[in-house]
Amino acid sequence: MGKITLDIERYDPDKKAQFFQSFQIPWEKRDMTVLEGLFYIQENMDDSLSFRTSCRSAVCGSCAMHINGQHRLACNTLFSVLKTNKVTIRPLAHLPVQKDLCVDMSPFWEKYEKTMPYLMPGSPPPEEERIQSEGQRAEIDVVIDCIQCACCYSSCPVTLTSKDYLGPAALLKIDRFLKDSRDEAKGKRLETADSPFGVWRCHNVYNCQRSCPKKLDPPRSIVNIKRGILGKELRP
Amino acid sequence: MRYHEVIVVGGGLAGLRAAIAVNERNVSVAVLSKVHPLRSHTVAAQGGVNAPLGNHPRGHYDNWEKHAYDTIKGSDFLADQDAVIRMTREAAARILEMEHWGCPFSRTPEGKIAQRPFGGAGFPRTCYVADTTGHALLHTVYEQTVRFQQAAERKEMVLYPEWLITNLAVEGEECRGLVAMEMATGRLETFLAEAVIFATGGAGRLYGNSTNALINTGMGMAVPYWAGIPLKDMEFIQFHPTTLYGKNVLITEGARGEGGFLVNNKGERFLANYADSGKAMEVAPRDIISRNMTKEITEGRGFEGGYLHLDLRHLGREKILARLPGIREICLEFAGIDPIDEPIPVQPGQHYTMGGIDCTTECETRIKGFYAAGEAACVSVHGANRLGGNSLLETLVFGQIAGDRAAEYVQTKTQREQGKKALEETLARTEEKIKKTLNSTGKEHPSKIRDAMQDLMVKDVGIFRNGQGLKEASEGLRDLKERCRDIKINYKGRAWNQALVIALELEGSLDVAEAVVAGALAREESRGSHSRTDFSKRDDQNWLRHTLCFFTPEGPRLEYSEVRPGPFKIAERKY
Repeated sequence: MGKITLDIERYDPDKKAQFFQSFQIPWEKRDMTVLEGLFYIQENMDDSLSFRTSCRSAVCGSCAMHINGQHRLACNTLFSVLKTNKVTIRPLAHLPVQKDLCVDMSPFWEKYEKTMPYLMPGSPPPEEERIQSEGQRAEIDVVIDCIQCACCYSSCPVTLTSKDYLGPAALLKIDRFLKDSRDEAKGKRLETADSPFGVWRCHNVYNCQRSCPKKLDPPRSIVNIKRGILGKELRP
Repeated sequence: MRYHEVIVVGGGLAGLRAAIAVNERNVSVAVLSKVHPLRSHTVAAQGGVNAPLGNHPRGHYDNWEKHAYDTIKGSDFLADQDAVIRMTREAAARILEMEHWGCPFSRTPEGKIAQRPFGGAGFPRTCYVADTTGHALLHTVYEQTVRFQQAAERKEMVLYPEWLITNLAVEGEECRGLVAMEMATGRLETFLAEAVIFATGGAGRLYGNSTNALINTGMGMAVPYWAGIPLKDMEFIQFHPTTLYGKNVLITEGARGEGGFLVNNKGERFLANYADSGKAMEVAPRDIISRNMTKEITEGRGFEGGYLHLDLRHLGREKILARLPGIREICLEFAGIDPIDEPIPVQPGQHYTMGGIDCTTECETRIKGFYAAGEAACVSVHGANRLGGNSLLETLVFGQIAGDRAAEYVQTKTQREQGKKALEETLARTEEKIKKTLNSTGKEHPSKIRDAMQDLMVKDVGIFRNGQGLKEASEGLRDLKERCRDIKINYKGRAWNQALVIALELEGSLDVAEAVVAGALAREESRGSHSRTDFSKRDDQNWLRHTLCFFTPEGPRLEYSEVRPGPFKIAERKY
């Protein structure tokens, strides 16, 4: 089926060397994924190449990377979808590189943790489940599927210029609990989002929305949070 | 040397639930995981988790006894009845706890946790979050670990993501801690602990056609196996009927629970033509459907290349979008097929390891201070075949039990921080081994040997087995172990050296694969997922017992233990 050229941005922490390296691999089957291409290199051409992977079915969020101009998951990106046999791969942006395509995710996780990412109900649990109507449950349907892959975080220009900006994934997480009928810490959550590094830093670039492999909509969550903050201020 | 009172290995649902249980008792705990906890394989579970809540209109008369009976019958009566009863009695409490912690369960019109029918279950008792239940549960429990870490009133809970455990340190009959490698740097570190819990998941990647994440190499079973703890019932490997053709991405049993049809190349719902699936049809247990699908394919009623169709079209667009959105996404992304308009090409694939680290109903092992839970463990609640929806349940129930027992053990222990010398010695041995592995100058990249193992296991230790094939597999594995002496790793650096990780884990995988083959070859009967074409009947007289496989440098050594009976009578397994 021909060849694919993969240009990979690499980093060797021992030599502190950053460089691009080009690999030509066979296009083995129609539905070959970028992840399979990376494995081909690692197992047949250069075993020093490092990248993260786990589920290979787009639910674990391990293999996010920058592929031909967009942050995507390597496991569900078919070469055929890229519509070219020249592919450039770089690690997730705006996070320190450890080696090759492996970045240090800790800044991303620290922001996740800052959002108090857990349900805060106002009362002790009842004996059975908390009742949530189908309609109330439908409210959170659009915000619970985040896999924390950081595609949005790395494609956001503000996370580059403002190192404390919470970023799209963390703000979406805040909205996930704001929208949950069982949560009663809405005031605290809005306060977190209303900080100098919260929602007001968003510049409406919408890269986060375009790059989300789960088709989530962080800008919509950001607008929802802004409304909540303003609504709160308008009330006496 | 680092010290935590309890160390949990594995950051999936069982491991995190265990860590919370430990910390709830104000005992310090660390979670070591090969990946960040949210990347654990739990995240891929789709269809749901069983609890007899009776929220479904047809589930009103469900209770824990019926759940227990279904589980025991599903296990082909190999499960220990007290263990199953323990699990099903706790089920409702664990699921309600997940709801209280924020798990976004799908809801009934009354606003209660929604439930759907699943294979081998008498009532619709599988609680679900659309078709991403594992994702929702794992994220919920991880969220709670963040809450625990942020709470000031307890001792610490620390996460060590991306650490590979290489060896346990055992002194006498007591576990002292372990040696692990930080993958980002390749640095080895010793971890001293009063108790260790292994919740490292299954060994799906012994097989090539697995639905499992690539991390499920079986290393977590190999480490205690090397330390003298037997692996139990390893020959029982579950093959899931519906994995996406060619890619083996899981297509949930929920798709059939919601009413999907399995169809052959004649357009027939062929399950009707088999005595064991004729009545239950698409919601017969997994072992039965996988066998009948294999028969269809080998007898020429499959589609070209060897697959069948899972047809969801009659469910309609609305139901597919509401109940099975993840399945639709998988089909669109990986196969370019929209199940609203086209049937899904499916084939059976390796899915679950029923066997595992031998432990009691309280998750204790024969080494003091060492506990096991989740898919890595064999309590045993799944016996010869696991029912869908029982694995997530097992992780929650036994994760908590393991955490409770480990914490209690620590709290009553008088002599603490023992075994530093044993740990240092283990470290030195491991460092030696890593240097040797890195300096090997043979021919092959270790992944080639791994691939050969996966092919061999699919071919000879799959859905149908026979003595001849199993003997060949056993010899084949010995040859592969020989080939391991002749590997080559070009990259000598320690940071993110993934060839080194493959080589270290391959040694574990091969030993665990040997345990699977040894158990399968010895067990001259067919029970649950273990189908011997040369011994096609269940043989309770001789084989109603658990296989215990011990590691020896010469190869696996087998012993057997009795299946613990209980209130449920052993009967023929008919659906």
